[in-house]
Amino acid sequence: MTQPLDTLIETPSQTGGPYVHIGCIPTFAGIEGVYPQDLGLSPITDGAKGPLVTITGQVIDGTGWALRDALLESWQADAAGKFPGQQGADPNVTGFCRFAADKDSGEFTLRTVKPGPVPMRGGGLQAPHISLWIAARGINIGLHTRVYFEDEDNSTDPLLARIEQKNRLPSLIAGKTGEGEYRFDIRLQGEGETVFLDI
Amino acid sequence: MSDLGPLVPRRRDMHPVPYDPDYKTSVTRSPNWPLLSMESTPSEETGPRFGHSMLGPLDNNLILNYSRDPEKPAVGERILMHGRVLDDFARPVPNTLVEIWQANAGGRYRHIKDSYFAPLDPNFGGCGRTLTDDQGRYQFLTIRPGAYPWPNRANDWRPMHIHISVFGHSFGQRLITQMYFQGDPLIDRCPIAATIKDRGQLDRLVAPLDMSMARPLDFLAYKFDIVLRGRRQTMFENKLEGM
Repeated sequence: MTQPLDTLIETPSQTGGPYVHIGCIPTFAGIEGVYPQDLGLSPITDGAKGPLVTITGQVIDGTGWALRDALLESWQADAAGKFPGQQGADPNVTGFCRFAADKDSGEFTLRTVKPGPVPMRGGGLQAPHISLWIAARGINIGLHTRVYFEDEDNSTDPLLARIEQKNRLPSLIAGKTGEGEYRFDIRLQGEGETVFLDI
Repeated sequence: MSDLGPLVPRRRDMHPVPYDPDYKTSVTRSPNWPLLSMESTPSEETGPRFGHSMLGPLDNNLILNYSRDPEKPAVGERILMHGRVLDDFARPVPNTLVEIWQANAGGRYRHIKDSYFAPLDPNFGGCGRTLTDDQGRYQFLTIRPGAYPWPNRANDWRPMHIHISVFGHSFGQRLITQMYFQGDPLIDRCPIAATIKDRGQLDRLVAPLDMSMARPLDFLAYKFDIVLRGRRQTMFENKLEGM
């Protein structure tokens, strides 16, 4: 026998299901008037510092089909690498955005400012990135991943450095398609599968 | 918060399996390759905070927040859903956003894509939200959702359930789960509930009837506590790498 541990275990996840929008983006489900507006409509307000970027993509299943019912959330630092609430953070960067795959095309769009490099605990910098979290029917526990940028120096990023199979790196790097425009597809399974994080 | 260390790693064996052939949609939506495991960084340890100013007085009252008319309450068995949000170390998680969504008493969701022939309740929207108090407590007044059939195996039914989304204070704590109801025989037949292979963990999603919080001649109560990942807090946490 030993002393009992008094730590608790995390509550288990369950899928958000096909109607996740009712709770998270009610207007997408067709529900108006319960809240004044949906939560997390934009990660920035007018006057946010830094280059504006638009990231579009799809969440694609193992058969190559784009999900029409995925919910995504993003979280990021401001252009100086500070998170909302930290001292000196840009007051016009709320950092959080909620968006859905389009019900017809499966396409999602995130408009934000490009974040700056973020310090690691104990020193070092992470390359500019946006954290993503994906919930949908058939996803039993939300998937974490990150969006890095093709036109940034990603060579010393500590997370990217831990990926042994360098051929998987492109799955985390948004490709530049125009001025301030990037493409980032998320492949849940199979060829080109996105690197998902246990972090 | 600066003295807090990394998030406690997730115990994946205490969560549902991502791939489960009995839950057919998971077959093509679950990653094949292992997740990349790494200690959390500020990107996961920080997270969005929400304030009381964005909440309306009826946000956590699903009986009235759609009709907005006390004369037009939602139809169904009136229940109080209440509990606490804690972390791994049993510390309360205060001021965190809890969102719920659910079907109506007939098992129908108010969603453009739900075509089940149980009728919509004109006075029920099906979403609610609240912030936990300084002890991590939350409450919702709602109706008990109905069970409903869904296309999976030939005759699968979802047990009565309420979906719950919790933020915590760190993006890495993000959690969506479902609350089931004590005594529902459909729980043991549900392939979504069965994605959780640890029976004790599944039992933690089944809310007991809590008559201590029920209001006579008004509503029953169900208690549902939620535990999020915690952050380690030791005097050795902030040393430089390699020390």
